[in-house]
Amino acid sequence: MMRELTYPFDGEMILKKSKKLKRTLLEGRTDFLEKRIAVLGGSTTHDIIRILELFLLEQGIRPVFYESEYAQYWQDAMFDNPLLSDFAPELIFIHTSNRNIAKYPTSGDTNEQVDALFAEQYTHFQVMWDKLADTYHCPVIQNNFEYPFYRLLGNQEAVYVQGRIAFLNRLNEAFYQYAREHENFYIHDINYLSASYGLDRWSDPLYWHMYKYACCMQAIPAFAHNLANIIKSIFGKNKKALALDLDNTLWGGIVGDDGPENLEIGQETPMGQVYAEFQGYLKAQKDIGVMLTVNSKNEEENALAGLNHPEGVLKPDDFILIKANWEPKSQNIAQIAQELAILPDSLVFVDDNPAEREIVETQIPGAAVPAIGTPEQYIRVLDHSGFFEVTKLSEDDRKRNEMYKANVERKKQQAQFGDYQEYLRSLEMKGTIAPFAPLYIARIAQLTNKSNQFNLTTRRFTQGEIEAFAADGRYITRYGKLADKFGDNGVVSVVIGRRGGMEDIAAYRQGGQAVPEKVAQTAQDVLHIELWLMSCRVLKRDMEYAMMDSIVEACQACRIGTIMGYYYPTAKNAMVKDFYGAMGFEKTEETDTGVTIWRYVIPADYEPKNTVIVMQKESL
Amino acid sequence: MSREDVFVTLNEVFRDVFDDEEITVTDKTTADDIEEWDSLEHINLLAAVEQAFSIKFNMGQVVSMKNVGEMADIIIGQIG
Repeated sequence: MMRELTYPFDGEMILKKSKKLKRTLLEGRTDFLEKRIAVLGGSTTHDIIRILELFLLEQGIRPVFYESEYAQYWQDAMFDNPLLSDFAPELIFIHTSNRNIAKYPTSGDTNEQVDALFAEQYTHFQVMWDKLADTYHCPVIQNNFEYPFYRLLGNQEAVYVQGRIAFLNRLNEAFYQYAREHENFYIHDINYLSASYGLDRWSDPLYWHMYKYACCMQAIPAFAHNLANIIKSIFGKNKKALALDLDNTLWGGIVGDDGPENLEIGQETPMGQVYAEFQGYLKAQKDIGVMLTVNSKNEEENALAGLNHPEGVLKPDDFILIKANWEPKSQNIAQIAQELAILPDSLVFVDDNPAEREIVETQIPGAAVPAIGTPEQYIRVLDHSGFFEVTKLSEDDRKRNEMYKANVERKKQQAQFGDYQEYLRSLEMKGTIAPFAPLYIARIAQLTNKSNQFNLTTRRFTQGEIEAFAADGRYITRYGKLADKFGDNGVVSVVIGRRGGMEDIAAYRQGGQAVPEKVAQTAQDVLHIELWLMSCRVLKRDMEYAMMDSIVEACQACRIGTIMGYYYPTAKNAMVKDFYGAMGFEKTEETDTGVTIWRYVIPADYEPKNTVIVMQKESL
Repeated sequence: MSREDVFVTLNEVFRDVFDDEEITVTDKTTADDIEEWDSLEHINLLAAVEQAFSIKFNMGQVVSMKNVGEMADIIIGQIG
């Protein structure tokens, strides 16, 4: 984590030292996720790209940019554009502002004239979004509109339909509606951002007239940070869990010294109110899928007494794990990550004590450790940091806390069983495995972007690409869902296999030649596993066996006799290094870089490997 | 702040912005003397100078500034 780029940051320092910061970021790590990002601007974008790059590098994303010529956003999108299509963007950002509204209503316009003008301005954008979705099948991020820096109708500017604020509000609402109806389309809320920054400073006309910047130079870091949050969320780089200190973080006072009855929490004192509001904020985070854990230096008994305070909003039950002990907090963080089966860098550590933050910051690279300031600032710092930026509010997210909690319950139960198979059977697991279905495309794409550990090839795909695989007869696709008596885990595993040699056969046929027997046999006979991943929350549940059974069954149905598996090592997927070996594959190749290739010849008497999960069909 | 002091600070700003420890600016220095100083970097440079001296250039000043000497004059005029 680079402090200079962690909210609250010094934007002017970032602007000034961007070159040095970039150098440091590039030297800091090697495992960047490369992404091609097209920036289509309605105003100057040079410094936005310069600073956006820093915030993305900080998130482990190394962007390659396409930048439209000045104010050519619409032309670039609407007309044949070999430069952009060769670039093949994986994400498109449209940087427009209220300066790009071609025509506003005037005070003498009738309501009908204003309606017509609204339709015209909105259509200008809508056709562009439709066209981009059709052409590039990648996520599109669109600015909404900030308010103008003056108000002709004063306080009634938003009341009269002829007012600019009324007009922009109407356009913004139409933008949001489009976002609600289109999966791969996201709003970048510069209306909120400019208000939060200060509209007068944000829209300093000097920067428009001198340089054609839609906002002032000094606002660009805040802008880029906010935008980078959406991008990293789309590419699966959100944080997953909060590790919270207790004393002077969730309440005022030290529970072990002061006693639970003397803690500041609740409506009695101003400070108590501040902590209650903060607890309420955290509880709401939990409801959108952020996992809550406690990491506190306390006797567990005292920690629980504090959390059971009648005025407290958060209760012991709201936390998946409570680590209240005297171990170093960095050690607890590592332990929490392990028990939740997430990576330590998916955690955000919240503690009022800078010394504790320092330890975690130095010991757990990648974990976020915000300088949260004083109690009345906690919410703003956490919120504006955007650790958990929402791009999809899925059912899974809302249920995540319950699912992980159920997982912890399962682990407890596991200890009571002598025989692991017996334990697995006791879970009463029910699975569904089927070819990709529209209902799950978003979740499947999300999984390909955020699974790091149980992921054989770590290939990342957009929703558009997932849809393409589903529709392409050359591919065998499978998603797997798993439920048990503790809860439903949702979609947890994904496999994509490419049927070998179909192109060779097609080439022969196209050339009017008969397909040689040998080509026909060997080519058609193989399935190449291009992706096999599983969520770590279902490790050691035999779900991988069930997936294997399903793939074999699919192969048998189209007379494929051989399955080829590929393992590409990354910094994070060592756990599946010998996965194919364990599944009965035979290693055929190993390169210097650790890539291994595996072959599995399906035996005529293949016995299903899964014996503990009851497979069900799903009616969609 | 003396004119020399202003130049000491200006040197630091230029070195930060262009990430080059070799830069030393004088009254006569213009964009032609520093390779990376183009119209886009100019915006960033001015923002950094404003921050370093806690001042704000107005548009008339930005438009008329011809070299680092004139920049220093404007700065001295504003900080008094």
